[in-house]
Amino acid sequence: MKTEQTELPVEDTVQIDPNDPIIEITKLCKSFGTQQVLKDLSLKLYNGENLVVLGKSGSGKSVLIKCIVGLLRSDSGTIQVFNHDVTALTVKELGKVRQEIGFLFQSGALYDSMTVKQNLEFPLIRLKTELSEKDRNVKIEEVLENVGLSDALYKMPSQLSGGMRKRISLARTIVVDPKIILYDEPTTGLDPVTSDEISVLINDIQKKYKTSSIIITHDIECARATADRLIMLQNGQIYADGDIDGYENSKDKVIKAFFK
Amino acid sequence: MKIKIPVSKAKQIVIHHTLKLSEKTIEKTEIANNFLTDFADVILFITHFIKETFTRKFELREFLHQCFVIGYKSLPLITVTGTIMGFVLTIQSRPVLVSFGAVTMLPGMVAVSLIREMGPVITALICAGKIASGMGAELGSMKVTEQIEAMEVSSTNPMRYLVVTRVWAATLMIPLLVLYADAMGILGSWMGANLKGDVTLTLFFSQAFSHIDFIDFIPAIIKTFFFGIVIGLVGTYKGYNAGRGTESVGKAANSAVVLASLLVLIVDMIAVQITDMLVL
Repeated sequence: MKTEQTELPVEDTVQIDPNDPIIEITKLCKSFGTQQVLKDLSLKLYNGENLVVLGKSGSGKSVLIKCIVGLLRSDSGTIQVFNHDVTALTVKELGKVRQEIGFLFQSGALYDSMTVKQNLEFPLIRLKTELSEKDRNVKIEEVLENVGLSDALYKMPSQLSGGMRKRISLARTIVVDPKIILYDEPTTGLDPVTSDEISVLINDIQKKYKTSSIIITHDIECARATADRLIMLQNGQIYADGDIDGYENSKDKVIKAFFK
Repeated sequence: MKIKIPVSKAKQIVIHHTLKLSEKTIEKTEIANNFLTDFADVILFITHFIKETFTRKFELREFLHQCFVIGYKSLPLITVTGTIMGFVLTIQSRPVLVSFGAVTMLPGMVAVSLIREMGPVITALICAGKIASGMGAELGSMKVTEQIEAMEVSSTNPMRYLVVTRVWAATLMIPLLVLYADAMGILGSWMGANLKGDVTLTLFFSQAFSHIDFIDFIPAIIKTFFFGIVIGLVGTYKGYNAGRGTESVGKAANSAVVLASLLVLIVDMIAVQITDMLVL
């Protein structure tokens, strides 16, 4: 039986430039009360790269990407995004940096009181003010087609399945043409078939829109399908950094526990 | 007889009591700390609300939508409660007025009671139940499902979009709902009066308004604006600061109703005192 896969007109490969880090995190620390979640964490995301971040629950993965987008303020350290230190920006400046960053929330975070179209229009109206209503509609139709849900335009989020909600969230993320996409557990709560479809979609989006991504996941299949590079977090620090083959062949107990 | 306690046992008692004391001290310190943190949060929330109110990018469309939700969608409830309020007041007070031979004063008495006190307070309490809980639950669930964070990522100020619009919509709509409830109350009173008598609607209304001066409306209307601000602020504050789990949504809605109702009564008490001092 063949599953329905979304097809995008994409190029075969994406060029990753190792001399061009678009996110550079240096000695990042973040605590909640007495619990230190991130300890002197440093990492780079290169242009065009899909970086998968693995780690147990509570290892600080989601906190890391929320610090990158400025939803959480770090205690110390720097986060350079396109050479702007997010930790030192004003709210207005942060707003400009956020225009280049898409964020796919774990729960999808679709606005319950709005239709799919209104959900997609919401960031467009605010971030792409130069677009006319007609251009906005064209853009919305384009992204919905890209995620394979052209017919969901006037549906409410409550009428969508888990997989469809994730796709619509992804459509809302890419509708403003971000250069970086941060995925917070994109396949959590989905069946294996839908998870595979989402992984394919992440790769297709990377190729079509030339995005760089940080993908937070527990799902090893998703990591295998999407990662150009993986880092593993443990106790708020980077435990391992490498490609998927390095992890698969590792004899380290902690890594093997993930790649059983 | 003198009791001798072995040194080790005495030490244990001292340590036990010291520990008990420190636990109590820590507990009390934590309570004081939580109270001060909550108080600071409320002040910060109100400051943030005022600051966002006076920024240029006012979310007019969302404000109008909230006016529709708070005002128009509350009309059926306010119609029923306003009518019943006037009806019951008439049925209860008519026998007393009849015994004094002052039944002609009934429309005026009901109108003054409704306009000065009962209309504003009961409508505000009903709105506290409907609107504050609705805001608490809606914003609470938006917080739990990361919708507020999604708004922030879309370069939308959630305080401006969600809080400012709702608070000002409540502030504008609740006085209008109160006036509507007053009118419905007088209509209900006319229905009550017609159960045991025969009076035309025109005569009833003209008798009611002959006892009311414009000055009766002013303090009542002014305090309803404050009721609106209180209901809006409490509802949005509780929802906006809800915890992470789904349980916190229920808690936010519940505490919004309780606190908003309590504050409405406190504001009313202060308003009555001020009105009395100014002899309005």
